[in-house]
Amino acid sequence: MKNTPFTEKHIALGAKMAAFAGYNMPISYTGINEEHHCVRNNAGVFDVSHMGEFMLKGENALDLIQRVTTNDASKLTDGKAQYSCLPNNEGGIVDDLLVYCVEQNKTYMLVVNASNIEKDWNWISSHNTKGVEMHNISAHTALLAVQGPKATEYLQQLTDMDITNLKYYTFAKGKFAGIDNVLVSATGYTGAGGVEIYFEDKDGASDKIWEEIFRVGTPHGMKPIGLAARDTLRLEKGFCLYGNDIDDTTSPIEAGLSWITKFTKDFTNRNHIEAQKKDGVSKKLVGIELLDRGIPRHGHTIQNNDGKEIGVVTSGTQSPTLNKAIGLAYVASEHAAIGSEINIMIRDKAIKAKVVGLPFVA
Amino acid sequence: MEYPSNLRYTKDHEWIKTEGNIATVGITDFAQHELGDIVFVDIDTKGKPLSANDIFGTVEAVKTVSDLYLPVSGTIIEVNALLEGSPESVNQDPYGNGWMIKMEIDNPAELDSLLDAAAYTQLIGA
Repeated sequence: MKNTPFTEKHIALGAKMAAFAGYNMPISYTGINEEHHCVRNNAGVFDVSHMGEFMLKGENALDLIQRVTTNDASKLTDGKAQYSCLPNNEGGIVDDLLVYCVEQNKTYMLVVNASNIEKDWNWISSHNTKGVEMHNISAHTALLAVQGPKATEYLQQLTDMDITNLKYYTFAKGKFAGIDNVLVSATGYTGAGGVEIYFEDKDGASDKIWEEIFRVGTPHGMKPIGLAARDTLRLEKGFCLYGNDIDDTTSPIEAGLSWITKFTKDFTNRNHIEAQKKDGVSKKLVGIELLDRGIPRHGHTIQNNDGKEIGVVTSGTQSPTLNKAIGLAYVASEHAAIGSEINIMIRDKAIKAKVVGLPFVA
Repeated sequence: MEYPSNLRYTKDHEWIKTEGNIATVGITDFAQHELGDIVFVDIDTKGKPLSANDIFGTVEAVKTVSDLYLPVSGTIIEVNALLEGSPESVNQDPYGNGWMIKMEIDNPAELDSLLDAAAYTQLIGA
């Protein structure tokens, strides 16, 4: 099992640890609900150094990105990022990712899921027919997500970059906590505001940045947060989790990712996906809320009122913010309208639920 | 974490306390801590004759779900109504307000096969 630059700190802080994508990661520190509320209302720090980062350089870098991703990366100018996905040839998704434009037409960074680093690298490499310079910098790149409505207020004193006014999905690069070449990005997986901080794990930079973040944040109640609360936070916002809600078999259209699927350019399996968009799909990813007691979980099947199977739950939890059982599920398109009444099969019982709009928490 | 010496324990992390042929059952401090924030305790086996090790319900935490195993044979006569609205009581007070069921025991001799506090703490490596 691999460590991040912060694994020893998590253990020293008493975190509950578990293997995630081959890394020894903190699942929770003091309790999921408490950590969740800390991020939603204040600020919290996630070690997400397990994520993968690829640098793509050269005059054909943009061309390669355009061919393998669904979103239109030609819209990106320096300092802008976008959410996108890598479609496969069979109608599914290789991975979802962020595309960062470091220098337009020259240098891009792709940020991918930890569990898919090798798969994505091989996939993109296999499409690299025009000699784009590719570097997998995952192993020595540290990433801390400082999320929450107060995050930038606390962190601003650590840098001359204007991170307080950084617009959503933009980033800046500069000196942070005394360390050069730190990329601070107004992104994250919680929908709570805040930034993600990328830097090279060398010469004590990881220790310094961790310590400085907590030096300015701890007096205000900023806390370290585990991956379990990351999951409840993202689910409240309706964000997809690769491996749960999207995978090699689900299409971007089925997953509600039409908004990052741009037919203004050519990309892998474009014709098939465009036909899906035009002709409709047989199943759709929807938000669900339980009306009876229970918690939906990945893999629970869904039935209509006649007992016919019409779908499957892909993610579910008790929302700490709403104190309601919520989830994401694929249902047959005729049941996908908001308000549709469905039944979640939990331990052989049919638990009433309804389709609701996303996000669950605005 | 505490493991009171007047209770008996299962290897599945339930505790049982007996008074005559009536017993109270819950989950241990170790179990609630491993589960994390408990959000729903689902028990619908009241009044049914059950055997030792039968699943009598499930406990849902934010992140995980776990079955509940009956320590000894018998019939559930009461489910803790407090848990309907305050499932977090199991986290806060696992041996007190967080109890789960009261049951009538069929055969008190079955209690002898359960773990005492020392054996249970050894099991969980505490």
